[in-house]
Amino acid sequence: METDKQKFDELSAYIDEIGATSHELIAVLHRAQHIFGYLPREVQEFVADKLHIPVSKVYGVVTFYSFFTMEKKGKYVINVCLGTACFVRGADKIMKEFETRLGIKNGETTEDGKFTLSSLRCVGACGLAPVVQVNGKTYGNATVETVSEILKEYGGE
Amino acid sequence: MCLHKVNTIKELYDLYDNLKGLLDIKKGMADVSRKIEISVCGGTGCHASQSEKLKDELIRFAKEYGVEDKVKISITGCFGFCEKGPIVKISPDHTFYIKIHPEDAERIIKEHVVEGKLIEDFLYVNPATSEKIRSQDNIPFYKKQHRVALRNCGLINPEVIQEYIANRGFLALAKVLETMTPQQVIDEMKKSGLRGRGGGGFLTGMKWEFASKYQNEKKYVICNADEGDPGAFMDRSILEGDPYSVVEAMIIAGYAIGANEGNVYIRAEYPLAIERLSIAIAQARKMGFLGKNILGTNHSFDIFIKYGAGAFVCGEETALISSIEGNRGEPNVKPPFPAEAGLYKKPTIVNNVETLANVPVIFLDGAEEFAKIGTEKSKGTKVFALAGKINNVGLVEVPMGITLREIIYDVGGGIKDGHEFKAAQTGGPSGGCITKEHLDIPIDFDNLSAIGSMMGSGGLIIMDDRNCMVDIAKFYLEFTVEESCGKCTPCRIGNKRLLEILTKITKGEADLSDLDRLEELSNIIKDTSLCGLGQSAPNPVLSTLNYFRDEYIAHVKNKYCPAKVCRALTKYEIDESKCIGCGNCARNCPVSAIEKTDKPAKNPRLFVYKIKGNDCIKCGTCESKCPVKAISL
Repeated sequence: METDKQKFDELSAYIDEIGATSHELIAVLHRAQHIFGYLPREVQEFVADKLHIPVSKVYGVVTFYSFFTMEKKGKYVINVCLGTACFVRGADKIMKEFETRLGIKNGETTEDGKFTLSSLRCVGACGLAPVVQVNGKTYGNATVETVSEILKEYGGE
Repeated sequence: MCLHKVNTIKELYDLYDNLKGLLDIKKGMADVSRKIEISVCGGTGCHASQSEKLKDELIRFAKEYGVEDKVKISITGCFGFCEKGPIVKISPDHTFYIKIHPEDAERIIKEHVVEGKLIEDFLYVNPATSEKIRSQDNIPFYKKQHRVALRNCGLINPEVIQEYIANRGFLALAKVLETMTPQQVIDEMKKSGLRGRGGGGFLTGMKWEFASKYQNEKKYVICNADEGDPGAFMDRSILEGDPYSVVEAMIIAGYAIGANEGNVYIRAEYPLAIERLSIAIAQARKMGFLGKNILGTNHSFDIFIKYGAGAFVCGEETALISSIEGNRGEPNVKPPFPAEAGLYKKPTIVNNVETLANVPVIFLDGAEEFAKIGTEKSKGTKVFALAGKINNVGLVEVPMGITLREIIYDVGGGIKDGHEFKAAQTGGPSGGCITKEHLDIPIDFDNLSAIGSMMGSGGLIIMDDRNCMVDIAKFYLEFTVEESCGKCTPCRIGNKRLLEILTKITKGEADLSDLDRLEELSNIIKDTSLCGLGQSAPNPVLSTLNYFRDEYIAHVKNKYCPAKVCRALTKYEIDESKCIGCGNCARNCPVSAIEKTDKPAKNPRLFVYKIKGNDCIKCGTCESKCPVKAISL
């Protein structure tokens, strides 16, 4: 396991390497989220210090963009595409099924930290609509049965 | 292949002469006996269906059957026929195999390559005639298409710059640098009539001219690859299939306006596109197409990638610029326009990916040739992402002026499951719908605005009688409410109120006066919002209200959803003539809302069941448990 100090060192090295200024804040946050998995307060304060900008500015940017998260995600992140193509082919039903089966709402994480359920807008695989992604792996032409299969595959049932 | 620096324009022409045979097999111009090339689609859709593994399997079996010297297997960009993916194309005989999975790899190598046999069950079958079609050009989906922006997608390997050069890559740049002044470049662009493909439809040449007029030692070219319209994926496909043409176009734009730096602002959700673009930029740098004194001329230019982080509003150019500068992506008031004070307050042009992909062609073939395609005021082609209730989902590039009927029925193969066409949405959350009565108007920028829709970035979502238009408007509003940046009040609060009214309608809680309020508020938001997002957000509402008012009235007055989509306005019923009286539904109903009646069922010893309307929570369990499908909405 990488300790927190190692993670901060890695982030620090990245910031120094690209000679980041406040203009590179978004790139730095992308890297930070990649390293830590999310962007808790300590990480935001660290970034603010390193870039010599107020924490409020970092917080403002983190909360503006949907890609950034301040909460720890589950081991498996289930993303249901709610883009238009998926929606007109019934993606909302797939989302509902996940919500019922996992007992959580869109955006929440199960208590055991295993699954996070979230949505995204168009992964560009509209030919496979509706689409579900689990940790980046894509499942196309999803149906209620696919939901069962996915949960089984990741040990959720 | 190792990459050598190309020092002069003459060296580039020599290199082209050496490389131009590279694509002969794929173009079907070479001797069949010599070699076979297998192209596997590496676009997002096919990639998600394991096309990478398929490629590896093909390579493995080619070795196993001892034909690895005879076949060349590579990944290409999107063929556009996503519905039938993964696609495998075999050249030089142009055999087009569809829905190929890794386990089919052995048959392709053994039967097609080794034994020279056509594998009939992998071919596309024309649903109208049941005829099997071998060659790509004969498939109806491709017949009316005209590929300009997508000319290299599905042809070149998007990670091999030599293949791009072999198809006249960077020759437009050479021509511009060698024979034209920046003003001549701008004039040629204006003459071509190319209009921005990101949505606005502004003349690209004019944009370039404005930026060229402002004097400054630092200027910027930005490529907008923040494709936010959910359901549009052409920019992604271009970057994945042909990143080089975007690079080349940006260098040309830099020369025209006097800029030496370019930025590509791309969504972080597009990892494959980012990877391919990074490779293209690195290769172009190595070969001297980017950097100082390009091809030995005075023009210097370099390109950097900037990542978006998931904000739809960043597709608006001033918001995009704020985001590149490391800020919240909030839009600013125009003027000043970016051409005067854009990125870091320097003169800047922002062009969309598809717009840029057209640029090299204008200089290779000439503006006049380009302007021959399309209508009087909309020149060239448009790429549409065709999706929704249509048979051939995919990416299609058609000449401007084509009718929606041709796109849906000739290219798109008609509506799914034989249902009836109801409407098509263009322009995504900013656009409007096109109805049956407009199926035959020629599609271009001006005609679409005239009927209350817009070209937009090219998402084309087809809807049938199973889609509720109020529900669709609500879907788009949910999107804009979530994506509104919150800077200006009409957009932040107004759209939320619109969504509330729409939700009321779909729940059957609205009355007729709500429809007037919906209309009035929509117009206020349109007139008073700061940026394009807010100004266009009510479009889906206004347009559905205009063309499908009767559907709204059915929801409001009759408390009925004609498409049976809005749950609160539908009810489950048991068809007495089908019910066999098994009682499965009643046993599984979570709220005990189903009871036995005294009417005999099909089996006369049992009785039919009935749903108590007020108790039903419309969960659908009974429908799924009924063995004879007697229960439906």
